[in-house]
Amino acid sequence: MSRIYLVPIHLNAPEWLGRLRACIEKTFGIRAKCCSFPIDLPAAFDPARNQYSSSLILQQLIANPPADARKILGITDVDLFIPILTYVFGEAQLDGIGAVVSLHRLKNRFYGLPEDNDLMVERLMKESVHELGHTFGLFHCAWFGCALNASTYVEDIDQKSCELCPDCRNAIGLA
Amino acid sequence: MKPADIGILIVDDEASVRDSLCKWFRLDGYRVDTADEGASALRKLQDDSWDIVLLDIKMPGMDGLELQRRIKQIDKDIVTIVMTAFASVDTSIQAMKEGAFDYIVKPIDPDDMGHLIRNAVQHRQLLTENLNLRQQLAEMSYSDEIVGESDAIRQVLARVATVAQTDSTVMIRGESGTGKELVAMAIHGNSNRRYFPMITINCGAYTEGLLESELFGHEKGAFTGAMYRRRGKLEMADKGTLFLDEIGNIGRKMQMDLLRVIESRQFTRLGGDKQIQADFRIISATNRDLEQAVREGSFREDLYYRLNVFSITLPPLRERKSDIPLIARFFMNRFARSMNKAVTDISPETLDMLMKYNWPGNIRELRNVIERAMVGAKSSRIDPGDLSFPFHPSPGAVEDESLEAVEKNHIQNILSRTGGNVSQAAAILKISRLTLYNKIEKYQLKKG
Repeated sequence: MSRIYLVPIHLNAPEWLGRLRACIEKTFGIRAKCCSFPIDLPAAFDPARNQYSSSLILQQLIANPPADARKILGITDVDLFIPILTYVFGEAQLDGIGAVVSLHRLKNRFYGLPEDNDLMVERLMKESVHELGHTFGLFHCAWFGCALNASTYVEDIDQKSCELCPDCRNAIGLA
Repeated sequence: MKPADIGILIVDDEASVRDSLCKWFRLDGYRVDTADEGASALRKLQDDSWDIVLLDIKMPGMDGLELQRRIKQIDKDIVTIVMTAFASVDTSIQAMKEGAFDYIVKPIDPDDMGHLIRNAVQHRQLLTENLNLRQQLAEMSYSDEIVGESDAIRQVLARVATVAQTDSTVMIRGESGTGKELVAMAIHGNSNRRYFPMITINCGAYTEGLLESELFGHEKGAFTGAMYRRRGKLEMADKGTLFLDEIGNIGRKMQMDLLRVIESRQFTRLGGDKQIQADFRIISATNRDLEQAVREGSFREDLYYRLNVFSITLPPLRERKSDIPLIARFFMNRFARSMNKAVTDISPETLDMLMKYNWPGNIRELRNVIERAMVGAKSSRIDPGDLSFPFHPSPGAVEDESLEAVEKNHIQNILSRTGGNVSQAAAILKISRLTLYNKIEKYQLKKG
């Protein structure tokens, strides 16, 4: 039976992992499993930008996938970037196996606001569904409430849900 | 346009930039490709169609500015966005001057990137729509709209073709409803001025004062109620065509003003003193006998000669009856599309009735008859029963009718012919407007 692997990257047994797993299983109808992969985070560090390359993390994440891995989602709390953009919340292979999301800009603390753990987990679930959606071949969706709606600011993430809209569900055979 | 219909080409010598941009755009569903230097980008541009090109300024070999110049030579409407890691104002200004849509200083905020690409896509769509409109206009051969195969209409088309490419002043003559405005559009649409506006003004629809304001525009405070400066039709027609419909209806003062404008192409707005220059071609149209008006002294002879440099006379429909089936089918197809009705044929009996009728309102009347028939058509064919208009056949084929019925039909025909203009209809019928209003009420007639 194939699975979606959830891989915390240098995170010690986060308490929210169970909620995230349940959300992903419910959304995609596929069993999810938490496990750890050896990821060399410093290798993805760019000292000039003081950020981590999401592409380099993704490369390591998908280098040796388990035989039963349908998808692999890495979760990190470092600040991610791709070369052309100042930051990204995550990166995914379109119609591929791997995706990575970052908690860094999902935390209220980053914006100088009081910490809100529940809100952060909500955001993480939305972005995880978003990036995994891309690995199933989904493009950005025009529906505001859909998890695949493109979010460039954290406020955008707060506007959408962690659910896929009927069109996106239909597109990946979940309808 | 769906994102998949938009092609984005990324040109950068840095693989990581190419890859990250490529992935970013693919998630939005765009068609994306990359090139690592100018020459291969140009090859891709020759081989395939691209809407937006993001190009790095600093590249080995051909730099971004040179690449942009070459791209614009291939297709000036391709939207180019230049990228640079170094915020050089000079190169950015240079790129913008040479037609870049915008520039990016790397790295860019994701939200800014999203906005930039959405704007670029919108800009490209507008350019494409403009191009399509221009092509439609250019391809709007008169045979499309001016329907007919009779000798009379062929001669009209030949004269349109002769004069369109010149800048001559044209006068179009013909009864109401014969398609004078269509001919004017065909001349404009096939002229070198076709990318600029054709401004139409119905001279018969305004009082002299209003017509003056419409044509020349006015300055703020030029007259009571002139709250703002307003451009006139003459200014709006700059580089294009000014179509003066019903030119025979303008008064003496306006005739003199118009003559002055035609000769100098200069005018001032009402209440203003600044001379405004405009370059426009004049096409005028009339259903009046202008020569008679000149003889009677109600129309200036010098203006008549200035307007009547090249003349096209449209035949009335009754003189080109062989075109009626073609025109009827043309309108039937047009209304079938717009009304979304599956009416595809006209019965021979219906065509026979249409051919026997005299059509005083010409093509406009035929168009209205077909439209009404289409509305009422109960099958896929227009049958005589669908023709709600009370036809009275041509002379020589008169049915037994009461005097009242003949009068009713005649008034209706004249009203159709004048497009519902009661004053004109009353003048033609040689009765007062009041009498005409009484008859319209008595016979429950429709205006137009």
